[in-house]
Amino acid sequence: MTRNRSIPYWFLMPALILFIIFTIYPILSSLILSFEKLDQGTYVFAGFANYVRLFHDTVFYKALENTFIILVIQVPIMLILALILASALNSKLLKLRGFFRVSFFMPAVTSLVAYSILFSILLQDNGLINHLLGYVGIKPVHWLTTAIGAKVSIILAMTWRWTGYNMVIYLAAMQNIPEELYEAASLDGAGKFRQFINVTVPQLKPVILFTAIISTISTLQLFDEPYNLTKGGPGDATMTLGLYIYQNGFKYFDFGYASAIAYIVVIIVAILSYVQFKVTGDE
Amino acid sequence: MATTTVTHKNKSYFGTKVGLYLPLIITLIISIFPFYWMIVGATNHSSKMFTNPPTLSFGNQLATNLSNLNDSVGIWRVLFNSLLVSLVYVALSLTICTLAAYALSKFEFKGKRVIFTVLMLSMMIPYQATLIPLFRLMADFHLLNTYFALIAPQLVFPFAIFLMRQNFIAFPTALMEAARIDGAGELKIFLTIVIPSMKPALAATAIYLFMMQWNNFMWPLVATTSSNMYTFPVALSSLIGVSIIDYGQVMTGITIATIPIIIFFLLLQKQFISGMLGSAVK
Repeated sequence: MTRNRSIPYWFLMPALILFIIFTIYPILSSLILSFEKLDQGTYVFAGFANYVRLFHDTVFYKALENTFIILVIQVPIMLILALILASALNSKLLKLRGFFRVSFFMPAVTSLVAYSILFSILLQDNGLINHLLGYVGIKPVHWLTTAIGAKVSIILAMTWRWTGYNMVIYLAAMQNIPEELYEAASLDGAGKFRQFINVTVPQLKPVILFTAIISTISTLQLFDEPYNLTKGGPGDATMTLGLYIYQNGFKYFDFGYASAIAYIVVIIVAILSYVQFKVTGDE
Repeated sequence: MATTTVTHKNKSYFGTKVGLYLPLIITLIISIFPFYWMIVGATNHSSKMFTNPPTLSFGNQLATNLSNLNDSVGIWRVLFNSLLVSLVYVALSLTICTLAAYALSKFEFKGKRVIFTVLMLSMMIPYQATLIPLFRLMADFHLLNTYFALIAPQLVFPFAIFLMRQNFIAFPTALMEAARIDGAGELKIFLTIVIPSMKPALAATAIYLFMMQWNNFMWPLVATTSSNMYTFPVALSSLIGVSIIDYGQVMTGITIATIPIIIFFLLLQKQFISGMLGSAVK
């Protein structure tokens, strides 16, 4: 039996080696880099200089603010929409459930770059969406050329892509809610809406928490959409933390500063995930 | 009396149906229409994208758009890069992650919990926190603009390990024990007894990994500087970075990036969805 001892390590070895080189090392290296500054071609220790600089950087604050505005508006809208659509698809009256499910999920398989570009064309001042709005008497909206419009554009695009994905998660979880709970609520005189609020939502709490955390982590890293849809503009109206890290790293080649911003994102992700666990999860 | 009750009931039933179907049909149109319009755009001239009333029918510009697109980004080369990188990535990553998941689910050993916890926690670390050291690492070894640089960094994908581990846990350990008593080696047990029953799970994980790599943007953007090494998303993005954008060729480009994946998805819905949701495949 002693020969068996080493076996799991052999199975694990390729993954462990690659994980140390390409994940653990970069995570630690960028932490060190965030305390360094370029001085005559080499990086030297600079204490908290990069972090102090962040506190005075208006673009950083703007990026932080934009990322949070998008997070706080987009994630709840998307998750609520997904919940409503999932309970509609869960209705016994519905035919063609599979067809709706697949169709709503379809945006989630498109390339992030492709859908961002598609929306950047749809949302131009003389683009299709403004023409369609014209038919119902709404004046053209400056989607991509105003600060608010650009944020709304990103929120719309993200909601289009991800709602169906979350809906399918909820729909799967709804299959596990015992039918008796609905029957009991129905006997107590609860209508469809009350059943949704008092049975469906509480039963799905762990799943809702899961989707909220996943969406939060990915929104905090938001990059492909602002890069391709709004290019961070107009001004810095859609500058996100992800985009600002990229700009500092690969436009200004200030690796130390970019790493400091990346670590701020790491800290925010850790705090928010912890808070979401504490607030929504009991166990 | 009876008849009025029936009609009343019918009416509210009808109302419920409309209330149910109407929002779903509107959502359906919103979900599907952009795809249709994208294909329409790919077959039309740039100027048709902004007409009022909108152009909603197919044109005859597809060949022109395609050749313009090829002149701008070398579409076949870029498509080849993306396919090669994605396929090699899936083959390697699936092997590495499956082996690791097998160890983490079917064996007891020192450090198991720690390794699994670290792998899972690393999913919470934003990718951007590893981007700069990865870039410097590749630059130091003169590996930028190589397929190696595009493939290597995310070969260990913790989510794929998680996905495969769930499926291995469901596999009956008794079957492995029986083979051990018969004197079969561990590798043989893994390859001939365990793996054959994992085909659906492997398919779902492979699809997930393929999609992830096919759509990957930030790292290829950083790791490639010469246009002949661009992956498809990077090439598409470069099309809208110019001052005069040819929307016809852009639409053709995004159509080529999207439609194969959509067809693939429609054919393999179950594997796609369980892969992307991270749920065990039954």
